[in-house]
Amino acid sequence: MNPLILRGVRPYGEGDPVDVLVRDGVIAAIGSVAEEGAEVVDGNGAVLLPGFVDLHTHLREPGREDTETIATGSAAAALGGYTAVFAMANTNPVADNEVVVAHVARRGREVGLVDVHPVGAVTVGLEGVKLAELGTMAKAGVRVFSDDGHCVHDPLIMRRALEYSKALDVVVAQHAEEPRLTVGAQAHEGEQASRLGLQGWPAAAEESIVTRDCLLALHAGARLHVCHVSTTGTADVLRWAKARGTEVSAEVTPHHLLLTDERLATYDPVNKVNPPLRTAADVEVLRRALAEGVIDCVATDHAPHAVQDKDCEWSAARPGMLGLQTALSIVVETMVRTGLLDWRGVARVMSERPAEIAGLPDQGRPIEVGEPATLTLVDPDATWTVRGAEFASIAANTPFEGMELPGAVVATLLRGRVTARGGRIAE
Amino acid sequence: MKHLLTTEGIDPAQATAILDTAASLKQALEGREVRKLPTLRGRTVITVFYENSTRTRVSFEIAGKWMSADVVNVSSSGSSVGKGESLRDTALTLAAAGADCVIVRHPASGAAHRLAGWLREAGTSVVNAGDGMHEHPTQALLDAATLRERLGELRGRRIAIVGDVLHSRVARSNVHLLTALGADVTLVAPPTLLPTGVASWPVTVSHELDAELPSLDAVMLLRVQAERMHGGFFPSAREYSIAYGLSERRLKLLPEHAVVLHPGPMLRGMEIASAVADSPRAAITDQVRNGVHVRMAVLYHLLAHEEETA
Repeated sequence: MNPLILRGVRPYGEGDPVDVLVRDGVIAAIGSVAEEGAEVVDGNGAVLLPGFVDLHTHLREPGREDTETIATGSAAAALGGYTAVFAMANTNPVADNEVVVAHVARRGREVGLVDVHPVGAVTVGLEGVKLAELGTMAKAGVRVFSDDGHCVHDPLIMRRALEYSKALDVVVAQHAEEPRLTVGAQAHEGEQASRLGLQGWPAAAEESIVTRDCLLALHAGARLHVCHVSTTGTADVLRWAKARGTEVSAEVTPHHLLLTDERLATYDPVNKVNPPLRTAADVEVLRRALAEGVIDCVATDHAPHAVQDKDCEWSAARPGMLGLQTALSIVVETMVRTGLLDWRGVARVMSERPAEIAGLPDQGRPIEVGEPATLTLVDPDATWTVRGAEFASIAANTPFEGMELPGAVVATLLRGRVTARGGRIAE
Repeated sequence: MKHLLTTEGIDPAQATAILDTAASLKQALEGREVRKLPTLRGRTVITVFYENSTRTRVSFEIAGKWMSADVVNVSSSGSSVGKGESLRDTALTLAAAGADCVIVRHPASGAAHRLAGWLREAGTSVVNAGDGMHEHPTQALLDAATLRERLGELRGRRIAIVGDVLHSRVARSNVHLLTALGADVTLVAPPTLLPTGVASWPVTVSHELDAELPSLDAVMLLRVQAERMHGGFFPSAREYSIAYGLSERRLKLLPEHAVVLHPGPMLRGMEIASAVADSPRAAITDQVRNGVHVRMAVLYHLLAHEEETA
């Protein structure tokens, strides 16, 4: 691999532009560098960040390769500035055994655009009844377990999962949704859902499970991660639990940082997501909680769906939206432009914290000599218009269609190799 | 008017125009041997019902036929997705087959809105004949027509809507329409059957029917669906009947002129005592009768009115 120079870039958006020399997959020098024969990426003062890590991606392979594959999802990730993604277990077959997780990891390596880490199911078939073979999957390299899409709602099963996971040094990521409170739920329970005649998904259904799980995690002395936090009350519970010493981390999606249930007025299921879009007050609280570290990181919940699963009546549509190629811009729009986060903060929530939570040793590293050149170069001044059909994903279900968004990924590097550059996958 | 999807935000003048048209149509047809007007000759109206509803479907069918439209009924049980063909494909098929107007009843809230979106290019009108828990605008219009007949002007009239407001599309459409027409609406229900955020609706809320009755001009009872009785929304049919059923005793608490409405089908003995349902105070058969004229008026405003005024 030839040496590479990132010319005129600003690590963490700070200071005057410098050059970064990358050799043999690591950062070899920072400053004014010259290297004969090196490939040059002209940064023009762009912001250099550690590569983004997504703890929550649906790659749909195996089972729904008509909507996404590990190859197309990896490409979307690289174009979005990601260098590692965690592929959720709700595939078909479910990733509740070592064979499926090994398959996902192998396909990820074959594609080679990002590090694809399979998430293992907590329970067999995501049914919430019997623990999956967490130990065997952990031995196969799984570091995050989740029944995402379903809540591990039985408190005893959740307790056992947390206790058992302790010995494996892994994290249990919970889709917090009390199922009895969300039977038939279609939208955030509030004025908008009442007006539109959509059955409500109450905030308390999330908050009650998060509260319970925090207590269980504290009791077990285990690590809990809360998926896609969406409500004010959950942020309150997290703040309280962390103050008590609970080992709990949490993520928020870009769409929950920007969109509200006001979007539902057209009944266009492109806005249908689980947990549902909440109120403007919730959005405000989530942004502040992320800025303060009460919510640890941003995760996309990238959820590709076929046209027929979205272009239908609301109640028949599947929940979820694409996220990998818009995440950075939404974070810029909601957190950077509002002054809630600087670029170091962006590095923290999109790279460092997710890598720490999942225990990745070579992702989310500081931009220093000797560290892996797993990096994302961002043009903070660029704007672009979202066109779902132009995304690398097979599916195109984005609620941001036609929106002009700030901030663009100039290049993504995985251990010194350029994976995406100028909006294209590198050859 | 291109579609009738909702009564939310309806222009009171537009609503009044429909009600006036319905009243004149009723007058024009009453006593006639041949109840047929040539107004919609050559127009094709298709009713697509994804839920069973004899009352509403027949009412629309008669309305179309009395206006000389060609009326085609498509019945479908369950969701379109369950059947295999998507609602979108069904919509495009109906438009391609030449529908000028599609009347749709669907278990999904918002289905009529989606249909109108898919039919935008075809130029086909859509009438929402009930979508999930959302709205049932022609029911609200026929209720308003019935109330106008009995009470005259609706401005300042006190109307209570009683029962399962949470799941009721009839209640939602009536709240929008009746308040737009100037009536004061009170929702009377147990807290479990009231929607979240009802405090922001332009209504007052009560849990005590007896306290409301003496000052009402009309009581509109809502149907309690069987599954609600076992869904923990209230303890028992008996308790519901005691708290919210319109008994003969309660009828006496109403002012003499007050009207009783029910969208049907009624649960006699629980929601409404038989003697009340059959009393002259009840306008339940009037509602059905007016339903045809109101739906004729709606079809007229959608399919004929613009042409005539253009």
